[in-house]
Amino acid sequence: MAKQQISAGSRVFDFFNYFLLALLALITILPFIHVVGSSFATSAEIARTKFLLFPTEFSLQAYKYIFSTGTIFRALGVSVMVTIGGTIWSMFFSVLTAYGLSRRDLVGRRTLNFLIVFTLLFNGGMIPTFLVVQQTGLLDSLWALVIPVTINAFNMIILRSFFMNLPQGLEESAKIDGANDFSILFRIVLPISLPAIATISLFYAVTYWNTYMHAILYLADADKWPVQVLLRQIVVLASGMNYDAESYTDAPPPEVTVKMATIVVATVPVLLVYPFLQKYFAKGALLGSVKG
Amino acid sequence: METTTVTVKEQKRIKKLKRSETWRNIKKNKLIYLMILPGFIYFLIYKYLPMYGLIISFQDYKPYKGVMGSEWVGLEHFQRLFASSEFWMIFKNTLMLFGLQIFIFFPIPIIISLMLNEVRHQFFKRSVQTLIYIPHFMSWVVIVSISYVLLTLDGGIVNAILETLGFSKVNFLLNEEWFRPMYILQVIWREAGWGTIIFLAAITAVDPQLYEAARMDGANRFRQMWHITIPAIRNVIIVLLILKIGDVLELGFEHVYLLLNSSNRNVAEIFDTYVYVAGLQQGQFSYSTAVGFFKGGVGLIMVVFANWLAKKFNEEGIY
Repeated sequence: MAKQQISAGSRVFDFFNYFLLALLALITILPFIHVVGSSFATSAEIARTKFLLFPTEFSLQAYKYIFSTGTIFRALGVSVMVTIGGTIWSMFFSVLTAYGLSRRDLVGRRTLNFLIVFTLLFNGGMIPTFLVVQQTGLLDSLWALVIPVTINAFNMIILRSFFMNLPQGLEESAKIDGANDFSILFRIVLPISLPAIATISLFYAVTYWNTYMHAILYLADADKWPVQVLLRQIVVLASGMNYDAESYTDAPPPEVTVKMATIVVATVPVLLVYPFLQKYFAKGALLGSVKG
Repeated sequence: METTTVTVKEQKRIKKLKRSETWRNIKKNKLIYLMILPGFIYFLIYKYLPMYGLIISFQDYKPYKGVMGSEWVGLEHFQRLFASSEFWMIFKNTLMLFGLQIFIFFPIPIIISLMLNEVRHQFFKRSVQTLIYIPHFMSWVVIVSISYVLLTLDGGIVNAILETLGFSKVNFLLNEEWFRPMYILQVIWREAGWGTIIFLAAITAVDPQLYEAARMDGANRFRQMWHITIPAIRNVIIVLLILKIGDVLELGFEHVYLLLNSSNRNVAEIFDTYVYVAGLQQGQFSYSTAVGFFKGGVGLIMVVFANWLAKKFNEEGIY
């Protein structure tokens, strides 16, 4: 392409555009840097420096403090378990449902699709859902964080759109070879759908890791609280550590660095998978826009 | 006369054929139905059973009596809701947050997408995108917690800056006036970047020749945006706006609940949080279900209306 004359106006436009976008990115990310930086600072430095981004004295004080009780390990254990187990559980049922509904020749497919999409527009609400969770015996069990959210309709629709866009010929030739629908799904369709599977798995994993509302709704037993609930307790209600009565009879209120460190602990796993998310998610989110 | 009977017979035969064809299809796909079955049962139990459970809003539901045995009270709970002095407070609060979502938040991802689209250095563009998507993956607990440590009176960085600049400190977390700005800023922080994905995708479908032609005609960057980019993504904007309106009353129970405290309740209590308190903390199952039903019903009406409106203006709509 021939180099074009760039007008002065266009150059001014570019300057402001780049400047504002850089500013936006910076503002978005600064709070995180502040939190991470403060979590590694000493309490003395926090008190001295008001606008701390990078501590001059590196300290693990806060992390030592939060990991000195069993509370955080228990909460992290719950979160890890729910995240891994929940993601596998949700993916299994989402993939089966999505693949089934992606078959164009299926009788009743439109009705089934409608029934699922309708749940996005209307639902029974918090109390009737709570009563169903209660009556299905899930209260105070970690299953309450998983089973009531087995399939996310949006994620299922994304997967379904993806399966629908796969070449039809593959399945037909496998059928001629006598393969049944299950082996077609697991041996042929899934191996070529890895990007979509990865994207949706990560979406589920992030949702499970971030679960908070269902824990406060369905779990009364503090021993089963995931890390998000603990974080809330420590940062806002400042009483999380006290639940561990045996090891902490007269615990001092958590210091700023402790709050910061807890935020970091509750966030790090998501940041660790972020590069992978980054690779796939744009594609995945786009698949969702395909109407079906 | 005779021809009609033949046609009727013919029709019956065709119907029969079709039915047997349907049966053949169902039998052929029996494994597919087996695959759908667990998911279907899930939706039935955890999505449709609660919808059936809405009938307790017309009852005086007692847990030990169950849905079958509880006494019917008609519209009593709805009447109580509308007569309650709190109803208008909650209605207003919900409407205000909805307004902020539509008028303040909604345009922002569109503007950011337009700005990103004008960036010619791919590395810069991708770096900005990477950074502004991050908050979307943080839980509301993390977002609110970070806000809390930034905004708290003693030691919060924001109040430290205000003090340095010679202003007096502001107790953002307990202040009624600051609740709405704080709410919408957090929504923007978490979702504005992520919200650009879909608009950026729609923009990539624009034919570059259009810009070329516009440049030839002497259109500057703003005019190119206005006359080419925006019309190209108009349909996506409308679809997302409808979905947003459908979410009208889904303002994020979790988010608002985390911000709610006794000092900002007058502006922060919305239908969702009210349902939670009345239902699960005070055990008024029927009444709180009625409140939730009212909220959900309004949401459904709004989305149907918005979709109808979009179609009226020859736009695609969502269904």
